[in-house]
Parts: sequence; C-alpha cells; structure tokens
Amino acid sequence: MSNHEKKIEYTKKELPKGFLKYGLPLLLIGIISVVLAYQFDPMRASFNNIIALLVVVSVGMGAIFLVALEHIAGAVWSVPFRRIAEHQGFIFLATPLLAIPIIFNMHDIFEWTHNSVVLNDPILYQKSPYLNTEFFIARSVGVFVLMTFFLFVYLRNSTKQDTTHSQKTTKINALISAPFMVFFAIGITLIAIDYAMSLEPHWFSTIFGVYYFAGTFATAMAVLTLITLSLKSNGNLLKEINRNHYYSMGGLMFAFTAFWMYMAFSQYMLIWYANIPEETFWFLPRMENGWEYLSIALILIKFIIPFGLLLNRNSKMNPSRLKLASFWIIGAHIYDMYWLVMPSYNRMSGTEGPVFGWIELSFIALSAGIILVFYYLAARNKNHIPIGDPKLNRALDFHI
Amino acid sequence: MSKLYSVAALFNTPDDIMHAAAKVADAGYEKYDVNTPYPVHGMDGAMKLKSSKMGYYTIAIGLTCMSLMLFFMYWVYNIDYPQVIGGKPLFPLPAFVPIMFEITVLTGAVLTVAVMLIFYFKFPNNAHPLHDSGYMKAVSSDKFGINIEAEDSNFDLDKVKAFLSSLGAYKVDEIYFDEEEANTKHKILDTKFVFGMFLIAGFTSLSVYLHMNKVLYMPPFDWMLVQHKVTSQDKSDFFNNGISSREPVKGTVARGFMPYLFTDDPEGAAENLVNPYVADEENIALGKRKYLTYCSPCHGDLGKGDSRLKGQFPNGPTVHSDKVKSWTDGHIYHVISEGQNVMPGYKKTVTRKERWAIVNYVRTLQRALDAKEEDMQ
Repeated sequence: MSNHEKKIEYTKKELPKGFLKYGLPLLLIGIISVVLAYQFDPMRASFNNIIALLVVVSVGMGAIFLVALEHIAGAVWSVPFRRIAEHQGFIFLATPLLAIPIIFNMHDIFEWTHNSVVLNDPILYQKSPYLNTEFFIARSVGVFVLMTFFLFVYLRNSTKQDTTHSQKTTKINALISAPFMVFFAIGITLIAIDYAMSLEPHWFSTIFGVYYFAGTFATAMAVLTLITLSLKSNGNLLKEINRNHYYSMGGLMFAFTAFWMYMAFSQYMLIWYANIPEETFWFLPRMENGWEYLSIALILIKFIIPFGLLLNRNSKMNPSRLKLASFWIIGAHIYDMYWLVMPSYNRMSGTEGPVFGWIELSFIALSAGIILVFYYLAARNKNHIPIGDPKLNRALDFHI
Repeated sequence: MSKLYSVAALFNTPDDIMHAAAKVADAGYEKYDVNTPYPVHGMDGAMKLKSSKMGYYTIAIGLTCMSLMLFFMYWVYNIDYPQVIGGKPLFPLPAFVPIMFEITVLTGAVLTVAVMLIFYFKFPNNAHPLHDSGYMKAVSSDKFGINIEAEDSNFDLDKVKAFLSSLGAYKVDEIYFDEEEANTKHKILDTKFVFGMFLIAGFTSLSVYLHMNKVLYMPPFDWMLVQHKVTSQDKSDFFNNGISSREPVKGTVARGFMPYLFTDDPEGAAENLVNPYVADEENIALGKRKYLTYCSPCHGDLGKGDSRLKGQFPNGPTVHSDKVKSWTDGHIYHVISEGQNVMPGYKKTVTRKERWAIVNYVRTLQRALDAKEEDMQ
C-alpha cells in the first residue's frame, strides 16, 4: 500500500546445487533406460513417452500461460515470480525431444495411422482429413513454433525491462498476451486431442482440452511453487517475499484442483447419463480388469487429498505444507496422464489390467531430469526477479 | 442514562489506519475494532488477529447438509417411492453429485451468514452503540476509523484520546450510549415479529397458489397451453362431422393385425381354418404354458373338467369328450378365440400363435389319455 519508493536490493546468486545434482543423474538414467525401453518393448515405451510428453508440456506450456495470465490480468502479486515462470517456460523447448520418438513410433500407438483400418472403418475414414500423419505433425510443429515464439518474446521483453524499467514494455506484453490466449487455448486443446484423445480415435469429448488444461494449470503452478520455495530458501529471491505470496500460489493450486474435478466429473456424468455406446466405451476399459481401483483412486489422489491439503488458510501459507501439496499435485498429474493413456496400451498390445514397471519409472525419471536441467539451463546466470518491472514494489508490499 | 462506550478516532487514508491499528495492538489494547468502508488488505495482520474459526463452521454445516440431502435422496429413490428412471440403478450416485455440490455450497454460504448474525450480532438484538453516530457515518463513506472500548482493562479516557491523536487521527470522539436501549432484550417471539412472519407466509402462499393455479391459465400466460393446432379427440370445424380426426375407410386393416373372419360362424371356422403351426416340442411347450395359465383354472390341468374352482363357478367341460375329439383344430381355435356359453373369448389376452399352440396342446392331452398302441413303442 505504501507509495514511497523503496530501493530493491537484489544481488545475483548461483542457483541451488540441487538442480544439477539431481537433474543430471536423473536425465542420464532417464535417457539410458528409455533407450533400453525402446529396444525392449517399443510399444509400451511409446505409450509411456506420451505420458512424459504430456507432463512436460503441462509444466512448460503451463508456465508460458502463467506469464501471459499475469500480463493480461495486470496481476501484481505474481510479479516477483514471473521470471521464474518465464524460465520454467523454457522447459517447453524440450518437448521435441519427447515428441520425435512418438512420431517415429506412431504406427504402434495410433490406430488411425493404419491405412487398412481407416479404409474399412467409416468413422475413421470420415475423421481422416484431421487424423492423418502429415496434418498431425504439422499441428504439433505449429503449436511448438507459436508457443516458442511467444516464450522468446516474453523472455526478451522481460530481460530488456531489467535495465530500461520501462512501463511501455508492460503495456506491450499485455497487448500480445491477448492473441496468445487464443493460440494457447487452441494449442493446448490440439495437444490434448492429438496425443491423448486420438489414442481412442472413435471417441470424442468436447471438454477434453479443458480437462487437460485444468491439470496443466495446477501442475505448472506446483512446479513454479517448488522452484520458488527452493530459490527462496537458497536466498536467490528477495527477502520481502512472504506468506502472502505463498497464499496466492496455494490458492491457485487449490482452485485448479477443484476445477479439474469439476471438468472430470462434468465429462463423466454427461457420458454416464446419456449412456450412448459411442461415448461410454472410453470409460468401460477403465472400469474393469483392475482399472476400476485406479479410477476410484484417481478421485482420491487428484482431488480429495490435495483439496484437503490446501483447504486450510494456514496450509496455503506454510512453505513445508505447500511443498508437500506441490509434489502431490505433480504426482497426481502424472497419475492422471497414466490413467488417460495406458488403457489404450492394453487395447493395442492385448494385455489386461494396469502395468507398472521400470519402463514407467524411466520415463518419469526422464521428465524430472528434463525439467530440472532445462530450468538450470534457462536460469543459469540470469536474474531471478524482474527487477525492472514497475509493478515490483507494489508486488512486494502485497497483502491478502 | 448515557454511558461511555468507546473512544473513536477517524483517519484519512488506509495507510494511516494500518499504521494506527498496528500501534494500538502493540500498546496492548484488546477490546478495539477497526471500521473501514472496504476491506483493507493486511488489516488482520496489523491488528494481530488470530485466524478466524468461521471456516470450520462453514465446512461442518456444508458437509452436514450434504449428507442430509444425500440421505433424503436415498429415502426418496429407494425407500419411499422406488422407481427406475432412465434405466439407471435405484441409487444413481453420479446424478446426485451436482445436487450434493450445490447444497454444500448453498447451505455453507447461507447458514454461515445466519450463524454470524446470531453469534456476532446477537440476532434478534439490533442495537449497537456505534449506530447513529457521526463516526459510523464517516467510516461508511470514505473515512477509516478505529475505536477503543471503555471496557478494555487498559482504558483511561484522557490517555486513550491523547494516544489516538498522536497516531495522526484528524478527529477523536467519545461515543456514548443509552444503557436501557442497548440492553433491551428482543425476543424472537415478539408479537410484531411473529405477526409479520405470518403475514409474509400468508402472502407467499396465496401468491404461489394464485400463480400456479389461476394466473397460469389466464391469457397471456396460457400461451403454451393454447396452441393453434388440432389434437385428436378434439372438436374441429374443419370437417363436417365436427371431430378432428377422420374415420378409417371401411375394411381398413391395421398393420400387423390379422382380421378374424368367422366371429359368429363356428361352422365356417371348423371348415376353413387350418392349424398353421407344426406341433413341435417348442410349440407344445408354449401351448402348455398358456393352457396352464388361462385354461386350466376351469378345465383342469389335464383337461378333464376337474377344475380348482370347487363349484364356485360352473365347471368347464372335459376336453376328452368324443364331441371335442371330433372337432377340427379350427373349431377348437374358434372356441378359444370367441368363447362358448359362459366361457369368454380369449383373443384379446392370448395371441394368435399362442391360441394355435393351445390347440396343439389340447390335442396332445387327448392323445395322451387315449394313447394308441404305436405310441407305447
């Protein structure tokens, strides 16, 4: 509230050692075991690759969205964390590493790439103008190029503002965030439809993109919270960042936990109520052969537990509780993606029931390694606070 | 009798009030309050307030009402009036979830306000010393105020006034109140209140009654009821005979319906009708089932005319008489369809195929009780 200008004392500092100490081994183990997995069981590996891709897109693309959200809403409280979100958006650049193996193994994963199947199936034939290999790759590349463009524009503007302190940059950022929102909404829907929904090409759900987005937002926020907490305890951030800021982060994670349940239940209830075979067949494999326990556990893991963890006001301010909730939300998102993708693996490979083993773990290790190492690459030797932002003073004086 | 309630100070800016609240809290006052025209962020921290317990009440109320609602829906769907709707199970939980969600939110919000009214504002009491004061007028529009109550253990009138002035208040007032007015106990069963409630209830009931039963059927609200179309069984000026639907052309046969040509002509039926069904195992089984359902009460399980009615109703004759044995299948079929003497016709309850199956079964019974030599081998 105070209008008198405070001098912000910010000194650059090395990133916490954990990023490389855990990131590099995870990345190396991930890469080696993933290569082995592709040798050993290419089909299962490619399905796990999709899970890893969806998680990394959530973390990276979600972070770019958080940046744009701050600009377009004119948010003040989140200014000290915007640079972290921008660096986190850099993780999105790793997605081609995960997408290229999928594109090379498309035949194993996507039923609609089989020409003989498509020609004999009127539904798939009608969908083939959209679901074909060339357009699929074009869409993926298009979303990647657009998002990367916006990411670099935000990064460049933000870094420039560190020295110019210009109000004009803030205005330009708000202006370009409006078209970004449109591209982001379309882009994340396309990714959800292409990589997750088209695993069952006969199925359709118009809410599917929003379902994925709900998990994406919570996950991006959780990763942002974790990085913020670790940077704060290492002294990379300003000392003025306090429980009021944490409260807002916890509040957003809480909100999008509830929002995910809202979307997931909306999707489920409409399909359950109408009871049309064209729609229900997607849920049926998730209700038999052991998947029924995982489906019920999904409600518990992705909604009830994080909801309970973050419900109390104090728990949204308490760093250790926030850390626990963030880890939980990231884990729940991985679990959710597993639940989305793996029943299709059962169908394509003829196995029954959920599978879990070193292949699944190796891809989780790879995603974790990518997130840590790419954040390190992006944030190394950079300011972690947008010190030139005109809103920074007000943001540090933020009270709930 | 006027008594000192508090000392109230007014400030111009939210920054001033934050600063003042923090200072008052530091000075060790406990019974004081801050009044602002809008929520000032960070005020609870400045006043060193403990976090409110209100949230626990809200979630307890919400979850309780949610459970009650769930039980109510269970009672309606499973105990009071069980019925299957849309092929769903008797207890369709997913269909209840939106209702449970809405009830949780609604009761949580509304009852929290009610609890606050009762606990904090001591409903139905509605007097507060700060009411009708210049201080309250100011903080309701654009000023920020703090008032320290006389009941506080550290209270000393001159000290408090000097202290508040030193914090930068532009105006410091003493607030007095009438003890009698503040201590008046308002009862919830106050005559005026109860009468008012009755008035509201009566008006609401009457208005709902009039809306649902009268107004809905008056123009222009009947626009859904009165439509410019002719419905069946309705009067209409369009055709000469004044009814809305046409009579079918003579001799029209409905789809899937086979007309019976021998209604009053058993001889014709006996001569012309031939059993179209082969008496195979399946057909006889069908005939047996239908015979035992419709025929055996009078004719007996084996058709001997030994009914279970014990004379309460004229017994049906045996089907093993020479007369019946000599009848053609068509004749028996006619009797089943149209009836005979006191026996009613069964063409409305038993389908054509079933009637022919019964004929086959009667023939089987006749043969069974009068077996021929070759049947034994």
